[in-house]
Amino acid sequence: MSRIEARFAALKRAGRAGLITFVTAGDPDRDTSQAILDGLPAAGADLIELGVPFSDPAADGPVIELAAQRALKNGATLARTLEMVRNFRQKNHDTPIILMGYYNPVYAYGTERFCADAATAGVDGLIIVDLPPEEAAELAGPARAKGIDVIYLTTPTSDDVRLPTVLESASGFVYHVSIAGITGTASAKLDAVSEALARIRRHTKLPLAVGFGIKTAAQVAEIGKLADAAVVGSAIVQKLADQLDENGKPKDGAAQSVLGFVRELAAGLTA
Amino acid sequence: MTSLPNSLRSGPDANGHFGIFGGRYVSETLMPLILSVGEAYEEAKKDPEFHRELAYQLTHFVGRPSPLYHAKRLTEFFGGAKIYLKREDLNHTGAHKVNNCIGQALVARRMGKKRIIAETGAGQHGVATATVCALFGLDCVIFMGATDVARQAPNVERMKLLGAKVVPVVSGASTLKDAMNDAMRDWVANVDDTYYMIGTVAGPHPYPAMVRDFQAVIGEETRTQILEAEGRLPDSLVACIGGGSNAMGLFHPFLDDAGIDIYGVEAAGHGLETGQHAASLTGGRPGVLHGNRTYLLQDQDGQIAEAHSISAGLDYPGIGPEHAWLHETGRVKYVSATDQEALDAFLFTTRLEGIIPALESSHAIAYAKKKAAELPKNHLMVINLSGRGDKDLATVTAAIGGVK
Repeated sequence: MSRIEARFAALKRAGRAGLITFVTAGDPDRDTSQAILDGLPAAGADLIELGVPFSDPAADGPVIELAAQRALKNGATLARTLEMVRNFRQKNHDTPIILMGYYNPVYAYGTERFCADAATAGVDGLIIVDLPPEEAAELAGPARAKGIDVIYLTTPTSDDVRLPTVLESASGFVYHVSIAGITGTASAKLDAVSEALARIRRHTKLPLAVGFGIKTAAQVAEIGKLADAAVVGSAIVQKLADQLDENGKPKDGAAQSVLGFVRELAAGLTA
Repeated sequence: MTSLPNSLRSGPDANGHFGIFGGRYVSETLMPLILSVGEAYEEAKKDPEFHRELAYQLTHFVGRPSPLYHAKRLTEFFGGAKIYLKREDLNHTGAHKVNNCIGQALVARRMGKKRIIAETGAGQHGVATATVCALFGLDCVIFMGATDVARQAPNVERMKLLGAKVVPVVSGASTLKDAMNDAMRDWVANVDDTYYMIGTVAGPHPYPAMVRDFQAVIGEETRTQILEAEGRLPDSLVACIGGGSNAMGLFHPFLDDAGIDIYGVEAAGHGLETGQHAASLTGGRPGVLHGNRTYLLQDQDGQIAEAHSISAGLDYPGIGPEHAWLHETGRVKYVSATDQEALDAFLFTTRLEGIIPALESSHAIAYAKKKAAELPKNHLMVINLSGRGDKDLATVTAAIGGVK
């Protein structure tokens, strides 16, 4: 059983939804980012999405775009992202890590070599936002061979005609993007989310995570009643951005402050 | 038009691939919409009424056909091949961009979309988009890098006069690629009422093929006109390449004429060896950006590099996927001209022919000067004069330290 399957099974036994946290690898620098990543499980992250910085994140809003720019300026690369995962895995064996990003860095690394190195590092899943199922074969093949899940996104525009195409090759879980838009902007209405999840459940038995526009503990709790997991990204990344001085250096206690926010978010998800 | 199985003109395949290039690399939110743009375009192609209206607008609004002009003094100056200029600068709005905008506006209208968004670099596509939106009564929002807003001020004013909202983009280097990112961000948040009018032969399928088809009128007219003037087809074609729409428009109808040499001229900026250029094919390698796989300027980690060109319209780190494919198959030769060579061409064309060419088109003229000199006087060379240069006066006067 994969780490992702095991984690969702454990959440089901516990009778609660999971918290998925997103941070950008290498933001604002390697050490701070590693400290945050290593502290996330104890702070209440059930699964971790680790953003791979990209120069042109066209599906992201300004909060995550700026995080990527900070990380790249300080030397972040896909290889260093994998190194962060390797470091994390020396201390943690259970919490799934999903790399989230854009296709070009993966393509530049080489899909076969990337999947091999990612599996060795301890990566469990991939979300490549600009790689729809129609184009995914060249990555999905090597990923499957290495036991890495390719996680696809559903959106408010995924109708009953589109859903089978998206879900046909999905594994791990399904990430439902609750709004038509970019990260860190509007929040969805709960009845729209509820309706979308019911539609998606008619097409798949995989766990459903919901993300985009979830910023507070109260929203996490509300989404937790509908979905198998709630994803918080921009709000956490912004919390870190707030802890940077005018030169972009983290203030003392920046990592702890971010982890404190994650603790608050997790508190609403009790059985 | 049906193509032979061994034709170079039959691409892309059903999923938009030219060899390994092209495709649809977009977020899932956009996929249903991209597929519906493809369906709407396929239906339009089969509808005689669509073709009738397109032809009507190209004739009466754009002013086509554009002349194929024998440039006697350039011919003499170059001292070799006989030079013809395809005068896309004489189109309404002053460049080839409007050919595509008319076509896409008709597609958008068939889809019932009332709001048009577009990216622009030099502002030529922005002006053309704003113009057709005025013509068809559509809302228009143009994304333009803040750097380009500053260096192309006259076009910004024109777009505003035409009723468009111009959004200065401040992310990245604030040029064309960043404008395209923000246009995609807008589209994903406004999928219900908005149509994205991409200005070049790039982006997710069907855009590279659709924009090519709307620009192919350039090459089709050239074919007829050169046969009338010379009784035979040209020996070579030359066009500048940013995304590559004016070049693809001229080249495509001639791809299967094996005897014709075809040259695409990329922007070499300060020189290919400096790293400050926009020559994606010469200086880049395959990657995925803005919805398609193509040649991109990028670092080892796959981060997209900033392009540089004196010409805002060529200042883009990618190129249309069909060009990437034609490069790999060897059918089209991709060469380059520097900022300085383009400036020289801008100036000598103005003084010799009384035609102020766009800095983009000046790259094609600059390469043609070098090539034409090696060729005999009976060699027929067609250069695509893709736009007029009035918009570039501030850039050029600044670069040469004032007009003497």
